[in-house]
Amino acid sequence: MIQKRDTLRGAEIFVRSLRDEGVEYVFGYPGGAVLHIYDELFKQSEVKHILVRHEQGAGHAADGYTRATGKPGVVLVTSGPGVTNCVTPIATAYMDSTPLVVFSGQVPTRLIGNDAFQEVDAVGITRPCVKHNFLVKDVRDLAVTIKKAFHVAMSGRPGPVLVDIPKDVTADSCEYTYPDSVDIRSYRPVVKGHPGQIKKAAKLILSAKRPMIYTGGGVILGNASAELREFTRMLGYPITQTLMGLGAFPATDPQFIGMLGMHGTYEANMGMHYCDVLIAIGARFDDRVTGDLKQFCPQAQIIHVDVDPSSISKNVRVDIPIVGDVKHVLVDLCAALRAHGGKPDAEALKTWWAQIKEWQAVDCLRYNRNSEVIKPQFVIEKLYELTQGRAYVTSDVGQHQMWAAQFYKFDEPRHWINSGGLGTMGFGLPAAMGVQLGFPRETVACITGEASLVMCIQELSTCLQYGLPIKIINLNNRYMGMVRQWQEFFYDKRYSHSYMDALPDFVKLAESFGHTGMRVEKTKDVETALRDALKMKDKLVLLDFITDQTENVYPMMASGKGQHEMHLSPDRELA
Amino acid sequence: MRHILSLLVENEAGALSRISGLFSARAFNIESLTVAPTEDASVSRMTIVTNGSDEIIEQIMKQVNKLVDVIKVMDLSESDHIERELMLIKVTAKGEAREELKRMVDIFRGRIIDVTDNTYTVEMTGDGNKLNAFIKALDPKLILEVVRTGVSGIARGDRAIRT
Ligand SMILES: Cc1ncc(C[n+]2csc(CCOP(=O)(O)OP(=O)(O)O)c2C)c(N)n1
Repeated sequence: MIQKRDTLRGAEIFVRSLRDEGVEYVFGYPGGAVLHIYDELFKQSEVKHILVRHEQGAGHAADGYTRATGKPGVVLVTSGPGVTNCVTPIATAYMDSTPLVVFSGQVPTRLIGNDAFQEVDAVGITRPCVKHNFLVKDVRDLAVTIKKAFHVAMSGRPGPVLVDIPKDVTADSCEYTYPDSVDIRSYRPVVKGHPGQIKKAAKLILSAKRPMIYTGGGVILGNASAELREFTRMLGYPITQTLMGLGAFPATDPQFIGMLGMHGTYEANMGMHYCDVLIAIGARFDDRVTGDLKQFCPQAQIIHVDVDPSSISKNVRVDIPIVGDVKHVLVDLCAALRAHGGKPDAEALKTWWAQIKEWQAVDCLRYNRNSEVIKPQFVIEKLYELTQGRAYVTSDVGQHQMWAAQFYKFDEPRHWINSGGLGTMGFGLPAAMGVQLGFPRETVACITGEASLVMCIQELSTCLQYGLPIKIINLNNRYMGMVRQWQEFFYDKRYSHSYMDALPDFVKLAESFGHTGMRVEKTKDVETALRDALKMKDKLVLLDFITDQTENVYPMMASGKGQHEMHLSPDRELA
Repeated sequence: MRHILSLLVENEAGALSRISGLFSARAFNIESLTVAPTEDASVSRMTIVTNGSDEIIEQIMKQVNKLVDVIKVMDLSESDHIERELMLIKVTAKGEAREELKRMVDIFRGRIIDVTDNTYTVEMTGDGNKLNAFIKALDPKLILEVVRTGVSGIARGDRAIRT
């Protein structure tokens, strides 16, 4: 059947392409180079535009949206400062492998290279922090490039893709068709794992005496949570997850022994150090996880499942690499385990679990629950209780982020949203906006610190405009806490520029943006305040908790140390 | 160890900077890099000479392969291959030295392709060692300019990389 094709202007093709791609929200900010596009957005209502207050907010909001919903996050910014403001969120998405599709306006093609007004080399600036990027020079390439951008962002190991569109391309016209699919000969991600490797892995898994499952963000990005649960429960092995992997396996399941890494639990890190078979799935042996590589898992044979071949044997040599989509590989692994017919070594496993229980008994996350001054951990525990562990939680970067990861027990994937790889302060609030748009009726909490929060505070205005009832949990210790902690430990308490002087009154600040603010100073008031805030279903509430300034994150594995060399809090140092 | 990587890449603006950018961002070495279109105008062939431990070379191969514009990568040094490089070299050639220089060029199977009263311009191909040897054989004071293309390589026998 021959379809009649419409001849459309580039700007219209752009908006129609997004519609045909199924895009619900575009997070953006207008400017000269994208005015044709904004004019088209104005004329329709299917693709909804969310006007942020700073392009960094647009990028993080789209990122929060994609992390929570699994759909691509779409951003539209103008040329020059519009796109440079978006570099931080692009790099944030790149480090955590999240699929953003960022569209930037560009000066007209004939002016490119002329130092035209608001010209920057967007493709050049973003090249090191995108999965791929495109400059569209001809309107006839526009629709297919948009399709390619979504395809590349979402497939294989996901990642951000930038499409730079000169203004004249949005004014020129051509026939419009949006392709159903694209094939890029130089880009064909592997899906299925090698059957021989999977068989070998199954055999090694069943031979383990002290097994450990270690999973990362890849399981969440690969939507393989159900498969991971089946695999883990079938074996009865202990499982630990990275900061990016939390929620893929339920935190309340007894097989879960906590997060691993620098501020992971004692039992998870000890389990890693002493295991004899390590099953790494969708994790990349980041330095915050492994500590000193020379001392990493000294006794273990390692199986590593990852969709990205370059993640395998990058930091740690592995014995059985399996390249493939984690979901497919886990299905095949479960089948291979069944086909093998063997069972895990029950005797050995019993001994191993007994050892792990001993490590758990250390109670490494213990803190003083009777303190009158508010302990940040207490606030998070209460939030967890009052939301029945079902809230979506975004976070910024610092101590509060680690406490959130330690004390909010995530049972479901895509509920814990934080910048793990780049560690971007300012991520939390805009990310929460994206999550709330994706799930308008769910509770979305942003656990943050006063230093991080002010980095994108302007987005409070966006929250008002779109009625986003986020609950901001500001753990206000009047310090860049994580910086202060390192200065306390490693710089002889010289607190160089880590004190947040001249802080705003956060209650008034929230109110001036049209929201509700509450200040909470005593432990006994924490629960009531949280309850009251959570009851306000339609209001953004900024809860300013004045917390203990001296609290540190424990346990801690100092960088450059082995995983078994953890510090508990000072009053209870281990040998 | 020294490795010669051969790449097929999309002949797109920016492909070269993606590859060179990757090498600098990840602190991989580049000894030389050559690139030109192939018989298929949409595809360029690139030869990169690099060095590093086996682990580093493995990472380089994987990282290069991961780039969306890269169609294929092969490590030529893994098996029999031929490498060639073209050098143009301009030398001072006056009086008696002219004869001597001509003999040297013949020994190295080069060609004198431009002559003035005071200079010779010599064209020479070969592997890097041969070109280095020629340069070393000359009196450094006589060398005016050296222009080298960097290595191009191809596998021996039936082995070929194709799209
Ligand atoms: C954009 C950015 N700048 C600097 C840093 C370095 N940094 C990491 S944690 C931190 C302090 C964060 O303070 P706050 O948000 O108050 O959280 P706390 O650690 O007190 O919980 C800083 C400055 C960063 N991660 N991101």
